[in-house]
Amino acid sequence: MAEIDKSGQSAMIDQADERRHIIRQGLGRRRRNEAIFRSLGLAAALSAFGFVVVLFGNIVASGLPAFWQVNIETEVTFDPEVVNIEERPVLQPGQSVAEYRREDLAWQRRVSLANWNALIEAAIRQHAPDSDVDTRSILSIVDPNARFVLRDMVIENPGIVGETVPIRLLGSANADNWIKGTIDRSLPDHRQQLSPEARALADALHEEGVMRMRFASHLFTNVDSRVAPASAGLAGAFMGSLYMMLIVIVLAVPIGVASAIYLEEFAPQNRLTDLIEVNINNLAAVPSIVFGLLGAAVFINVFGLPLSAPLAGGLVLTLMTLPTIIIATRSSLRAVPPSLRQAALGLGASHTQMVFHHVLPVTYPGILTASILGVAQALGETAPLLLIGMNAFVANIPTSPLDQSTALPVQIFLWQGNENRNFFEPRTFATIIVLLGLMLSLNALAIYLRSRFEKRK
Amino acid sequence: MSSFILATILLIVMALAYQMGLSRSRQVAAASGGRMHSRPQYHGALVALWTVVPLLLVLVLWLLLGDMVTRWLVVATLPPDLVERGGAPLSEAMQRIEAIASGVGVIGEVEPYERAAAERLQQVRLYLRAAAIILATVLAAGGLIHARRRITTRTRARNEVELVIRGLLIFCSIVAILTTIGIVVSLVFETIRFFSFVHPLDFFFGTVWNPRYAVTGDAATGSYGMLPLLWGTVMIAGIAMLVAIPIGLMTAIYLSQYAPARVRSVVKPVVEVLAGIPTIVYGFFALVTVGPFLSSTARMLGFSINTTSALTAGLVMGVMIIPFISSLSDDIIRQVPAAMRDGSYGLGATKSETIRKVILPAALPGIVGAILLAVSRAIGETMIVLLAAGNSPVLRFDPTEPTSTITVTIVAQMFGDSDFAAPQSLVAFALGLTLFVITLCLNIVALYIVRRYREQYE
Repeated sequence: MAEIDKSGQSAMIDQADERRHIIRQGLGRRRRNEAIFRSLGLAAALSAFGFVVVLFGNIVASGLPAFWQVNIETEVTFDPEVVNIEERPVLQPGQSVAEYRREDLAWQRRVSLANWNALIEAAIRQHAPDSDVDTRSILSIVDPNARFVLRDMVIENPGIVGETVPIRLLGSANADNWIKGTIDRSLPDHRQQLSPEARALADALHEEGVMRMRFASHLFTNVDSRVAPASAGLAGAFMGSLYMMLIVIVLAVPIGVASAIYLEEFAPQNRLTDLIEVNINNLAAVPSIVFGLLGAAVFINVFGLPLSAPLAGGLVLTLMTLPTIIIATRSSLRAVPPSLRQAALGLGASHTQMVFHHVLPVTYPGILTASILGVAQALGETAPLLLIGMNAFVANIPTSPLDQSTALPVQIFLWQGNENRNFFEPRTFATIIVLLGLMLSLNALAIYLRSRFEKRK
Repeated sequence: MSSFILATILLIVMALAYQMGLSRSRQVAAASGGRMHSRPQYHGALVALWTVVPLLLVLVLWLLLGDMVTRWLVVATLPPDLVERGGAPLSEAMQRIEAIASGVGVIGEVEPYERAAAERLQQVRLYLRAAAIILATVLAAGGLIHARRRITTRTRARNEVELVIRGLLIFCSIVAILTTIGIVVSLVFETIRFFSFVHPLDFFFGTVWNPRYAVTGDAATGSYGMLPLLWGTVMIAGIAMLVAIPIGLMTAIYLSQYAPARVRSVVKPVVEVLAGIPTIVYGFFALVTVGPFLSSTARMLGFSINTTSALTAGLVMGVMIIPFISSLSDDIIRQVPAAMRDGSYGLGATKSETIRKVILPAALPGIVGAILLAVSRAIGETMIVLLAAGNSPVLRFDPTEPTSTITVTIVAQMFGDSDFAAPQSLVAFALGLTLFVITLCLNIVALYIVRRYREQYE
């Protein structure tokens, strides 16, 4: 017996040894697989992280230079020979307002016809006295808007005529390209935008310190311009976006929160509320462009809202953000512990009182975050706006939601298509920086408000 | 009257009415000495409602009908031959009359009938405004007095106010349904109009897309085969998923199973930033950075990729979709019960074996649902493709060539003027309907799978 035991034992030991051997053999392979799998995961996470870094790095690196633009700092003499304009008409007694306006317009037209460019030319020529650059080359390095700057100075202060004043004029887009080197400086003459004389003049002025980089504040205060790309700005697009965001905040947030409250707290469980629920989930995933088609067919065609107006755009964005706000608000309502509801009901509160006095205050941070995220989403949306004509060129700051206007993301779309790519590519990136900056500050606001709300409790 | 002043007046009236209801109900409570059914706030709110709602009704009526009535009354004074001609001369005359009435005046002689009409216009405006104000005041005062008189100890003010609140809430949740109905009705309606120009079979199964911009816009010139667009859409979405699924899924696995808490707390929000970036930004990035980079890399390696191509758009779209897949999968992987994972560890499996053989199979339905949601997002994406895919609606199978998608064509057909009578712009609605149906099906399937999966582990 003892022997059999022994041999059995040794057989078992052999078996165990063998098993251990197999396991050990496999262990190396399994550990290798483990390491490979793990590093694949790490690589994926790192590459996702890397995309963000590359994207933001690229945007910032390409966009930042556009915030500084070439300016020409010189002195302009308002030569009375050139600027000989009579006094501005005033409203005569007995004259109708319409007639006065017509006279005033005619006067403004005459003022605009003065040869302002001659003043600019003279101002620049004093920095290059002995060169014989032609007029066209001189004017080609100055922004075409400069003459209106001079005109407005005179209209504002007629006494300036005959005096010499220091002035800062924007350089033209092509001069900006040349000085910054955003156009290849070694390109042959026929592929350069500026004539050789203009390029030489720009270099000379730059060396002299007359032409220098200044912060492009007009980017934020001017409207878009076709004739004078260097002085084109974002003010119009910004106001358009602002109006649309106001409409979204006024409509989407209350309606979204109210329907979330109804569906989560009041709605009976029946076919209709099931339908609404499925419907909202689907609406959240409907492509944004379909909302644009809806806007074009219903708001523009049926209701006759004006084309390109922030009102129509705001309504389309409202419908688009509604599901986002509803879903997020519902999930924060769902997170409220049932004990709170039971306690309120137990103390005799009505159902409505329970919801509005006890449940809702707890969810304010969640609702706030949901709303801000919805607004940020609406702020960045482009495609539906293209379908309701918000890609029109608008050279005015809209004064009401019914005026024509563009929006920030649409402005990006418009500028990326500009022919002067050397100039507009950095500019488009700069617009992207502005847009992302706005969105980031919205998100930061959400985080800040959230933490304040939560601390208070 | 500016809308700001109107809103202020409304608010003041509302506050006054509320205060009156409040004090009246306190009086009643003090006088009876007994208990009121509702608290004073509810009585105040009820009185405010009774006062402001009639005001609002009058205001809305006035805004809707006021201009119509005014115009009708003024036109009646104009010479009949001018009215009969109608159209531009009439509207010009109305503008002149408007200018005279507002005091700006007009250029040139003022005809006697114009002066008369302008006086009439001023008069009508004045009377209408006075009538609206008087009507509103009477109704509001009536409502106020009625509601105030109703306050007794037994008035169920709270229940009535709550009924109104509930009605408002229901109205708000119907907006979402109305939106869907609006989408479906407008798309279907315009699509049917489009199909009166082009046969549905030619649209759905045609292989040539060439809508040819008609000048007159009444004849269906050109061919409207949708297949090149559909293929472009599928190809770009496919490339995007080839990028997004492996990276997104592995990121989710790494962050949920391997990464230390500190790494996770940094990487996860950063990756999710990708989801918040507007798509126009991705599009521009693809156009000026990724496209030229791909093209020059390919030239160095000896083959050619177009700067704007399906590949460029697909790659960038893939990056955009990574966070959708990673955060959805992350949630789903975390829902797998810990017992399953612990069981696997207990049997001696390594971490990667547990993930591959236990966690992933268990989470598969949910992940498939997440992927389907991501696919529907890729199919509906517009701006990246509009900028970076080259907009060339030709049936081609080479991803390095330019292509076009359904969404891009919708934008292209609706660009500029929207003459809704021509098939050239109506086709956008047919394409939109196709897109809507495709994404709807994907979403319903995905939501169904995700929901089933949740129920399984809850």
